[in-house]
Amino acid sequence: MSGAERDTHPYMPNSAGHAQEEMLKAIGVKDIEALFKQIPPHHRLKSSLQLPDQLSSELELRKHLLSVLSRNSNCEQNLNFLGAGCWQHHVPAICDEIVGRTEFLTNVWGTPSSDHGRNQALFEFCSQLGELLKLDMVGLPVYSYGCAIGHAVRMASRITGRNQVLVPAMIDPERLSVIKNYCEPIDMASHIEVLYIAYDASSGTLDIDDLRSKLSDRVAAVYLEVPNYVGVIESRASDIAQMARACGTETIVGCDPISLGLLSSPVDYGADIVVGPVQPLGIHMNCGGGVSGFIASRDTERYVRQYNTLNISIAETNRSRQYGFGLSCAGQTSYGLREEGRDWTGNSTYLWAIAAAVYMSLAGPLGFREVGELISQQSNYARHRLCEIEGVSSAFDGHIFKEFVLNFDQAGRSVADINSQLRARNVFGGLDLSSYFPELGQSALYCVTELHNKEDIDSLATHLSEVLAS
Amino acid sequence: MSQKAKLREYHAAVWDEPVVMEMGGPGRRGLVFREPEKEVSDIVGTAKGLVPRSMYRTDLPNLPELSEQEVQRHYLHLSQETLGMMGISLFGTCTMKYNPRLNEIIASRPEVSETHPLQHQDTLQGTLELIHNFDLILRELSGMDNFAFQAGGGAHAAYTHCCITRAYHKSRGQLEQRNEVITSIQAHPCNPATAAAAGFHVITLPLEEDGYPSVDALRAAVSDRTAALLINNPDDMGIYNPHIADWVEIVHEAGGLCFYDHANFNGVMGKIRARELGFDACMYMLHKTFGAPKGGGGPAVGAYGCTAELAPFLPSPVVTKELSGYGLDYSRPNSVGHIREFWGNVPQVIKAYSWARAMGAVGIERAAEISVIANNYMESRLLKIRGVTKSHPTINGPRMEMTRYSLERLTEETGVTVNDVSNRMVDFGIDAPWLAHHPWLVPEPITPEAGESYSKEDLDYWIDVLAEVVREAYETPEIVKKAPHRQAIPQINGDALDEPEKWAMTWRAYCRKHRNENG
Repeated sequence: MSGAERDTHPYMPNSAGHAQEEMLKAIGVKDIEALFKQIPPHHRLKSSLQLPDQLSSELELRKHLLSVLSRNSNCEQNLNFLGAGCWQHHVPAICDEIVGRTEFLTNVWGTPSSDHGRNQALFEFCSQLGELLKLDMVGLPVYSYGCAIGHAVRMASRITGRNQVLVPAMIDPERLSVIKNYCEPIDMASHIEVLYIAYDASSGTLDIDDLRSKLSDRVAAVYLEVPNYVGVIESRASDIAQMARACGTETIVGCDPISLGLLSSPVDYGADIVVGPVQPLGIHMNCGGGVSGFIASRDTERYVRQYNTLNISIAETNRSRQYGFGLSCAGQTSYGLREEGRDWTGNSTYLWAIAAAVYMSLAGPLGFREVGELISQQSNYARHRLCEIEGVSSAFDGHIFKEFVLNFDQAGRSVADINSQLRARNVFGGLDLSSYFPELGQSALYCVTELHNKEDIDSLATHLSEVLAS
Repeated sequence: MSQKAKLREYHAAVWDEPVVMEMGGPGRRGLVFREPEKEVSDIVGTAKGLVPRSMYRTDLPNLPELSEQEVQRHYLHLSQETLGMMGISLFGTCTMKYNPRLNEIIASRPEVSETHPLQHQDTLQGTLELIHNFDLILRELSGMDNFAFQAGGGAHAAYTHCCITRAYHKSRGQLEQRNEVITSIQAHPCNPATAAAAGFHVITLPLEEDGYPSVDALRAAVSDRTAALLINNPDDMGIYNPHIADWVEIVHEAGGLCFYDHANFNGVMGKIRARELGFDACMYMLHKTFGAPKGGGGPAVGAYGCTAELAPFLPSPVVTKELSGYGLDYSRPNSVGHIREFWGNVPQVIKAYSWARAMGAVGIERAAEISVIANNYMESRLLKIRGVTKSHPTINGPRMEMTRYSLERLTEETGVTVNDVSNRMVDFGIDAPWLAHHPWLVPEPITPEAGESYSKEDLDYWIDVLAEVVREAYETPEIVKKAPHRQAIPQINGDALDEPEKWAMTWRAYCRKHRNENG
C-alpha cells in the first residue's frame, strides 16, 4: 500500500482520493497555503506540532485505551460506600440504550419539527420531575446540583432585591465552593453575602435559633437541604419556610429526587424554589461526569422570568390535536440579551435529562415508593449495624436517608487509616470528613443505596470490625 | 434544475407519539425493587417510621405507569423523530463532526462509568493518566502551561476565566478597581454574560469595515479599570483578526488579562498557538473540536488552559504527575475552588483524548486544512445561488472554516425568510443550519461549517438542497413558507410560547392551563 493510502483517515472522507484537489481547483487557488493567507506569517506556529503517535487504527486505539484504563479499580469490583454528591444507584438497561442512541447522543439543536423527538423527551423530563415535585415549572437542567443552587440564589436575589443568603454550615464543601463563586467576592458591587446557619450538634438538623438570629429584611433566601449533606432529614422544614416568609425571604430547598416517593415534596412544606441533583435518576457516576442539576418552582412570572435555563413548552402545531414543543422565554437568557440576560446559558447536561425521563417512566409511582423505602430501611439498618461495632458511633441521631456519618474517635483510629485498610479488602469506605469538618473528629460519610443488600452491609461490618481490631 | 434529480425523497419517522404522561395503565410496572430482607425490617421497622411525620409523603407521585417495553418503544420512537446528525449537519460554530463509536463503548465500560470521583487516587490511575496526557496534548496545541476540565461547556469555561480574573486581580489588590471586561459584538453571548454574572461591567466593541473592531476602538476602551479581554478569533464570519497579537499587547499594557475563546479552533488547529499570540488563557470545546458528542446540549467540556502565572488560580483539584504516580491536588490556597462539583465530565475528556490520539498531529493539521478547503469550496458554489450573499462582501479572499451568508436579497425578492429556508432544508434530510446569534448584524444570516467529517458529495448535496429551496422560494414560495412537509410534525404554532397564561413547561401546567384540570 502506498503512503498516500495510509494517510487516509477513517474520520475524514476528504483525506482520500482527489477531493482536496478538486475543491482547490473549484476555489481557484493553487495550494492549501493560499487559503490561510488571512493569518499573518508571524502568527503561525513557532515550532511544529509534536504529539504522541497517531493511532488511526481502531483496534490499536482500543487496546491502548483499555490498557491504560485497566489501572483503574471501580465500584463494581469493590464494595462502594462513597456518595457525597455522586451516588451509585441502579441504572436501568433501557436508560443506557436510549442515551446511547446516536440520534440523541450526537444532535446539536435543530428545529422544533426536525428535532421533535428530543424536545418531547426533554419536556417529559420536566413533566415527570414536576410530578415528583408537585411543581408546574421545571427548567432544563444546569451543570450540577451546586450550579442549580447558585442560579437559584441569584434568582432569589433578583426577585427580592436583597443581597444576603443563608446556607447551612453543614453543607457539601464542593457545593459551597460553587455557591460562593456564584455569590461573587466581596470586592464586587453585586456581591451576595453568604451567612451560615449552624447545625444542631446532636441531630444534624438546622439550629432554628441561629437561623432566627440571622434572618432579616436583607436576606434574599434561606437555603436548606432535605436530606442534607450528611443524610439528615430536616424535621422542621415547614417552620423554617414560615419564618423565611415572614421576613419576605425566599425558601430554596435542595432535595434528592430519588427520595420523593417517600419524602414530601418541598413545596408541601413551603419551598419557593426547589433544586437538586439529576444524577440519581438513571445516570452512572462517570467519575463525577454524571452530575446534573435541576431548578423548579411555581409557574408564575415572578419566578419564570428569572430562569437562566432553556425551557421547553408544549405547543400546538398547524395540524389539529397534535403536540409540538418549542423554546419558551428564550428572550430573557443570554442568547437573547447577552450581558443583560439572566446569568448565562450554554451547553449543559441535556442528555442526562433524557436518561432521567426514561428512569422516571420506568419507575412510575410505585417504583419511587419502593426505592425510597428500600434506601431508607437499608441505610438505617447500616447505621444501626455499624454502630454496634466497638469504637464506632453515629455522629448524628437525626432521621437519615441514604447517607449517614460514622465517628471513629472512640476507636482511636483515623479515617484515612481505616479506609486504606478497607481498600485492601476491596471496600471503598465512606468519605473522610475530618479535614472539612474538624469539629466532627474522625468521621466519615457513608452512603447506602438500593444497590446494597444486607449481605453487603454485614460484610462491611465484618471488615470494619476486623480492621478496627487489628 | 438538473440537480433536483439527485435530491433525496427523505421523510422523517412519524410516530404521532403521545406524551408519556398519557400512556400506560394502572398498576403497570417498568422497574421493581425488592423488599428489604426480613432481618433488616425487623430491626429498623417500616420506612414510614424512619421519616419525621411532617416529612412523609402521603400521596403517590402522579407518574405514568408503563411496562418496560412500552418505555423502551416510546423513547426509541422519540429518538427516531430526531433528525440531528442522521442526515448532514453543517451547524456552524458548533463544528459538527463524527463522534467515534469506539469512544462511547470505552466510556460506557465500568472502568469509566462505575468510578466515583472521590475514590482514592490509587484506584484511578488509568483515568488520571489519560487526563494528564490529554492536558499535555492541549498544552502542545495551545502553548499554555496547564489545563483544567471542570467547566461543563464553553460558556462555563468563559465563566471560569472570569472567576480566575477575579482571583488574579484580587491577589494584586486591584479587583475593586478592575471591574470591566471587554469583548466584541461578534463574540459569543456567553462571553459578556458570564462576565456580567461574575460581577463585571461589560464593554462591547462594534465591528468596523474590516469585519472586526478596530485597534483604535480597543485603545479607547482599555484603562486601569480593565480586568480582561474575552475574544474569539476567527469569528463566526470566518474572518481572522490580523491585529490580534497587538490587541493582546494593548490589554496587557493596561494591566488586563486576555482570554482566547477558541470555539472556532477547527480551522486553525496546528496553525497557531494562543500562547504564542500572547494570550494568558484559552478554551477548547471538547464536544465540538475534539470529537466528543454534543448530547443535544451536553454533557460537554470547556477545557480551560492558562499560563503558569494563572495556574495557581485554576479550579481544584488539578491532576498532577509525580514519581509515585498520578494524583489530584486539592491543596491549592489560591484556587478559585469549584465552579462545579468534582473534576469535570471525565468520559468526555477520555473521548477527546481518544480522538486526539486517533488523529495525531498530522491528522489534526489535515483536519484544519480540509475544513478550510471545504468551507471555501462551499463558498465558491453558494455565492452562485440567486439571493445568496456573504457577510462583508467587500472583503475578498478566503475565509477560515466557516462563512456567514445572508439571504436578505432572497427575503426582499420573495418574502421567504431564512427561518423558512431552514424549515424547508430539513425536508431533504439536512439538519437545520445555524443562523447567527443575536443581534443579527448580518440580515437573514445562515452559517454553514463544513468541517472535516463530511465528504465532498455531502457538501454538494447540502448546496444542492439550498439551491433547490431557493428555486422554490422564487417559483412556489408557499412550499417553503409552509415547510416542513416531511418531518415528524409540521411547524409549531409559537404564539403560546412566550405568553404566561399559555406556556406550559410541564404536563401539569398544560393540564391546568389548557384542559382546565387541577393537575
